[in-house]
Amino acid sequence: MGKDIREDIAWAQINKDVLKSLESPRRMYWVILFIAIAMIGVAVGSEVYQYQTGMGVSNKNNSHVWGLYIATFIFWIGMSHSGTLLSAILHLMHADWRKPIYRFAEAMTTFSLMTAGLFVLVHLGRLWMVYYVMPYPNERWVWPNFQSPLVWDMFAIATYLSSSVLFLYVGMIPDLAICRDNIHAGWRKKLYTVMSLGWEGTDRQWRNFRITYLTIACFLIPLAVSVHSIVASDFAMSNMPGWHVTSFPPYFVAGALYSGCAAIITLFIILRYVFKFEEYMTLPIMKKLVRLTFAIAMVWTYLNLIEFASVWYGHDQTAKDQLIFKATGPYAPFFWAMIFFGSILPLMLAFKRFQTHLPILFIVSILLNVGMWLERWMIIAPSFAHGHYPWTWDHDQWPSLVQWGIVFGSFGWFTLLFMVFCKVFPSVSMYEVKEMVYHRSLALKHKPAVKGDY
Amino acid sequence: MSITNLLENWSDFRQQHPSDERPHREYKWAMSIDLDSCTGCNACSVACYAENNLPVVGKEKFAHGHSHHWIRIERYWDNDGREFADQGAQFLPMLCQHCESAPCETVCPVGATNHTADGLNSQVYNRCVGSRYCNANCPYKARYFNWYDYPTTDNVWPEPMNQQLNPDVTVRGKGVMEKCTFCVQRLTVAKSNARSAGRSVLDGEVQTACQQVCPTGAISFGNLVDPLAKVGKQWMTQQVELNKDKQAKDAEEKAVKLRGYRILEELRTYPSVMYLEQLRESAI
Repeated sequence: MGKDIREDIAWAQINKDVLKSLESPRRMYWVILFIAIAMIGVAVGSEVYQYQTGMGVSNKNNSHVWGLYIATFIFWIGMSHSGTLLSAILHLMHADWRKPIYRFAEAMTTFSLMTAGLFVLVHLGRLWMVYYVMPYPNERWVWPNFQSPLVWDMFAIATYLSSSVLFLYVGMIPDLAICRDNIHAGWRKKLYTVMSLGWEGTDRQWRNFRITYLTIACFLIPLAVSVHSIVASDFAMSNMPGWHVTSFPPYFVAGALYSGCAAIITLFIILRYVFKFEEYMTLPIMKKLVRLTFAIAMVWTYLNLIEFASVWYGHDQTAKDQLIFKATGPYAPFFWAMIFFGSILPLMLAFKRFQTHLPILFIVSILLNVGMWLERWMIIAPSFAHGHYPWTWDHDQWPSLVQWGIVFGSFGWFTLLFMVFCKVFPSVSMYEVKEMVYHRSLALKHKPAVKGDY
Repeated sequence: MSITNLLENWSDFRQQHPSDERPHREYKWAMSIDLDSCTGCNACSVACYAENNLPVVGKEKFAHGHSHHWIRIERYWDNDGREFADQGAQFLPMLCQHCESAPCETVCPVGATNHTADGLNSQVYNRCVGSRYCNANCPYKARYFNWYDYPTTDNVWPEPMNQQLNPDVTVRGKGVMEKCTFCVQRLTVAKSNARSAGRSVLDGEVQTACQQVCPTGAISFGNLVDPLAKVGKQWMTQQVELNKDKQAKDAEEKAVKLRGYRILEELRTYPSVMYLEQLRESAI
């Protein structure tokens, strides 16, 4: 296979190509933006109705107290992990191929966290009292319950969101300076001038920049792992059969990386097509990304099997009943769909001919995420339908349109944020691509005999 | 839970089930329900609706699982392969078990559900944000959520029916969790009266609403610390101990005559409600 990037791209050409993506959008952009806003409208309408009337309209009931909101919350939190994987972990590992694609992955991290956060709010019965969860000073010395995994969630998500916004922004400063220098008027000039913090590219600035970026990267890695472990604790710490599983935290982290990588493939293909980034988002990079996704998919499958095996061979009869109920009960179609999309479908990615076939990858990556969404739903819903106590067993529950509407709208919200980002900020890191080109030409200069990729 | 309180009483926040290290001094409210006497008449449930201002949600919402029966009569059939069970259904009144080590308490993000010194599992409506984690973690599913705004929007008590509301009990709005309180409003009055008289509450001085109306006297309620209390005697006769997760009935072969057990004890919730097993013809 070819090179990750051509070594003879001129630096000015990189600037030109990337800055072109910031130019006034075509009509299709506005159409999609409008659709996204309409989707948000559906969600806002549903939420207003639910807020006014009560949580009952979501068609949850007294044994099924959690539903799609929590499932989709985990889904969005999961999506957010890939950005950190690509930016921070691969940055520390000096994997050069991440450079053209990490920026939009980081943006995806931030925006999916912003989407996930909304689901916590939508889920609450008394949204207007949400500040009770925060440890604010008050005259009665009443604190939140620090034993509760939901409080850990609040801390973890707030920390992760603020750190990933910081990481995204810090990593963008040299690029913002390029934008500032190449755009000469209008609100963009003002925005880039303020946001580039007087970046001039001096040696001292670069040195400080490198240290800062590395520090945040090191800080983010344990944070990302702990965030999804804490989300997993919401379930692992409880005593519900189907939730009370020790292997949940690593299982959740693997699932998070999995769905995040699949989402990166989807967005990679869209950006490559829309912005004509063929020179930067190359097929060899896609191939590496697909292989990474395949590896994570297999880790996820393995952890899934471990969970089933430990339940099956364990002595907890209720948990075993719960597993059988999942596989054979009313939720069976969704359960097997999850297994198919999550574990069988990714086997395709092992074949070379599919690793760079963009139309197939586009569809497969979306289906993988469908599978991961089903996985989260299959954690929530069947556990409530077949718990410890027989009274819960014959209660059917299907989410109402209000729940589906809010879930649907969340995709619009994410699309809106992402589309605005792509037009306001460079979605490919210009300075890192230049570095990559430079590294490559250096390598060629010193070892002219070497062929192929490194 | 102030920081000073947290630091000074660290051991109190660390223990697994409170009555081991911190025995109940004056009161430990507990119940015993004799399933052999229970006829499944639902009087307890009705009394609870009247006493505790439970909204009657109507047929449709009831079918959706939005009901509020703090005590519910469950029916179990032992068909044994026949079309109808010979002895009809077995009944089991289920209410909040006021666990000594309650799974709902640890998971509430805002600390809206707590353990009182009297061994009750309390619910603070004003503090509840409606995350419903407590219900998710309750193995008995004895907690009920206000899915709608029953007092106002849903108008469950239209004029003049609001006159029947019990003034001693809060009327809950939408978005909060609620559950059996062991009629805490009655306990508070009884304790207050007893304190004025310079004594503890006597056995029989306070009754829960469900106990009061039970036509067969299947429900006994009282103070487990009080050696004279009926409920304590029942627990002792059945060799049911608060701090154990396995009782004599299940532990020994010779103890076939014992009927006392607690539901889902193996989860180590240490419930305060003891059930007396129904004697079936086959078992005698």
